[in-house]
Amino acid sequence: MPETTYLEAIRQAMLEEMDRDPAVVLIGEDVGVYGGAFKASEGLLARFGWERVIDTPISESAIVGAAIGMSYAGLRPVAEMQFIDFIACCFNQITNFAAKSHYRWGAPVPLVLRGPCGGGVHGGPFHSANPEMYFVHTPGLKVVCPATPRDAKGLLKSAIRDNNPVLFFEHKFLYRRIKEDIPSDDFTVPLGKAAVRREGRDLTIVSYAAMLHAALEAAADLAKEGIDAEVIDLRTLLPLDRETILASVRKTNKLLVVHEDTRTGGIGGEIAAMVTESAFDDLDGPIRRVTSLDTPTPYAPVLEEYFMPNTGKIVAAARELAQY
Amino acid sequence: MPATLTREQHLELYYFMRLNRELEEQMVRLFRQNKIVGGLYSSLGQEAISVGTAYALGPGDWIAPMIRNIGALLVRGYKPRDIMTQHMARYTSPTLGKDGTSHFGDLKSRHVISPISMLGDLIPVMTGIAMAGRYLGQKIVTMTWIGDGGTSTGVFHEGLNLAAVQKAPLVLIVENNQWAYSTPVGKQAALSDLADRAKAYGVRSAIVDGNDVVAVERTTREAVDDARAGNGPVLIEAKTMRMRGHAQHDSAEYVPKKLFEEWKERDPLDRYEKFLSANKLWDSKTKKEIDCRIGREIQADVELAENSPFPPPELAAEGVYCEGCHVIEADWQRPKEEVMPPRSSVKAEWPANSYSANGARPPAEKQAAPKEKSGKKPARAPVRAKAGR
Repeated sequence: MPETTYLEAIRQAMLEEMDRDPAVVLIGEDVGVYGGAFKASEGLLARFGWERVIDTPISESAIVGAAIGMSYAGLRPVAEMQFIDFIACCFNQITNFAAKSHYRWGAPVPLVLRGPCGGGVHGGPFHSANPEMYFVHTPGLKVVCPATPRDAKGLLKSAIRDNNPVLFFEHKFLYRRIKEDIPSDDFTVPLGKAAVRREGRDLTIVSYAAMLHAALEAAADLAKEGIDAEVIDLRTLLPLDRETILASVRKTNKLLVVHEDTRTGGIGGEIAAMVTESAFDDLDGPIRRVTSLDTPTPYAPVLEEYFMPNTGKIVAAARELAQY
Repeated sequence: MPATLTREQHLELYYFMRLNRELEEQMVRLFRQNKIVGGLYSSLGQEAISVGTAYALGPGDWIAPMIRNIGALLVRGYKPRDIMTQHMARYTSPTLGKDGTSHFGDLKSRHVISPISMLGDLIPVMTGIAMAGRYLGQKIVTMTWIGDGGTSTGVFHEGLNLAAVQKAPLVLIVENNQWAYSTPVGKQAALSDLADRAKAYGVRSAIVDGNDVVAVERTTREAVDDARAGNGPVLIEAKTMRMRGHAQHDSAEYVPKKLFEEWKERDPLDRYEKFLSANKLWDSKTKKEIDCRIGREIQADVELAENSPFPPPELAAEGVYCEGCHVIEADWQRPKEEVMPPRSSVKAEWPANSYSANGARPPAEKQAAPKEKSGKKPARAPVRAKAGR
């Protein structure tokens, strides 16, 4: 399927899964008639009707709670957060109800909670969140952060078919900015598997979501300086694909983690700990991180740019690490 | 005119209420022997609510009990052993020792949803099951309970409001036992009747004497029938009194003694025994038979529970995810074709009447905008774009 945007890939994934399985329903704010604040569900109401595309009151806890109930009844609900920042409102339903359900009493919760995350679009402190680590810290959840249209589609299909609560964070910066030829067949991308996006020998850059593209740009710039960076796209943060990271570090002996999430408690710290535990002898330098600052996301473009990682910041850190 | 219960049903209500009380008394003894691992919450004085409400449901209906609803679990077919092993954290318990108290359930046969300790969250969950049941063509009703204190949570309001706009077949029992831990109901809500909370959402409500099991059962049955008929959710406030502390550790000295004395006079079991005698539904021999049976059942299950092992330690690491260990399938009671394209195709427009109060969506085939005889286009309110908030 030629030139599909990240946003259209998400819409297609939902449409195709709803076509395939009548147990799949969509619930959220303005997802029906309006087609979602970003139009991710455009056309789904017309195709599937009022019973399967459900507009709700502004009640994030009720949306997630109802989706949990639907999943107990054997449905596979996809619940939308209009902006992922609002996921804070339903934290309890996700972390205490959905996440613990299978462990506590053997009741699976096959629901997907998806929505637009991320900064770089001047959304300010309440429309730019990257909340993945609140949930990576919660056993029982799966956390997915796709970076490409193909992955967005294939991972969302896998998430809908998964028997566990999956949080699917769509980076809104990517919605209409990246396009890709994606297969037209019914493909899926497995959860929990990272991808090597660029092979290299000198250092490993691990990233995901929008920052993957900055990391790839940085790797191209570094190549001009003779630094050969390998770039890994995590795709799923929970469960984390430790093997792909370790295999790369054993080859390159240096690791740089890049994420748009803030620094303290970001996935970079977990990856650094995991690599030092499992591959300390393979490291030829300190593990470095390029991340957002430990502040809320500021509104003014100049502030947001200062706050977030970008290609230049990644190149500078990688150069320093390569020379270590 | 609601159907009256048969003699057997009346006796069964007594059996469950008495079993509820005797089981809890037994668990108090186990608690004092340090055999209960965590907390023990009492429903002393509230048995008529748990039993009477759950008794009004059909076998295909769903419940989500709270901590003081052991009676509802018994009505649903759980045995004293399930409840005791659960409190004693044994490997034979419904959760294999992974959770305690009444935190267990059964999706497949008993249709019981395990509660979590945070109050109010069950309301949208049970609303979701009710919506799913309707979607699947089942004629089910879902029920959950909440205390007076729990009605102060935000998710109580979110959940009840969603149930209202969706006209979900949910029956919500507000068990007003006047105390949320040490806080009296007057500090939870500036309302004489918590049933009034329903009015704010266009939800019908009823108030019932929570210590009168016959009234509780009858009122709930009417609500269940009404919800099942598609008339939307119903809230029932059952007024009662928590006759012990919040849990075993709490001596409830903050409760005026006079209150306990007054409510002891209204004990639901004493009252029901008098009712059964006055209506010649039993005699002392029947009572003795039932009481002896309960004694035997509890004794057998105490022994079973005490002889049960604790779980193997390594079980702690298992079961976080469902990796194919459960088959997830919905119980379709309507043809799936009805919800698959192109039959379900609709115009993605709000009908004009969706702006009216309680304008719940009509089913797809009735969705077309109303036609006017004059041929004029029907007024349709514009759907406003909303980028965020």
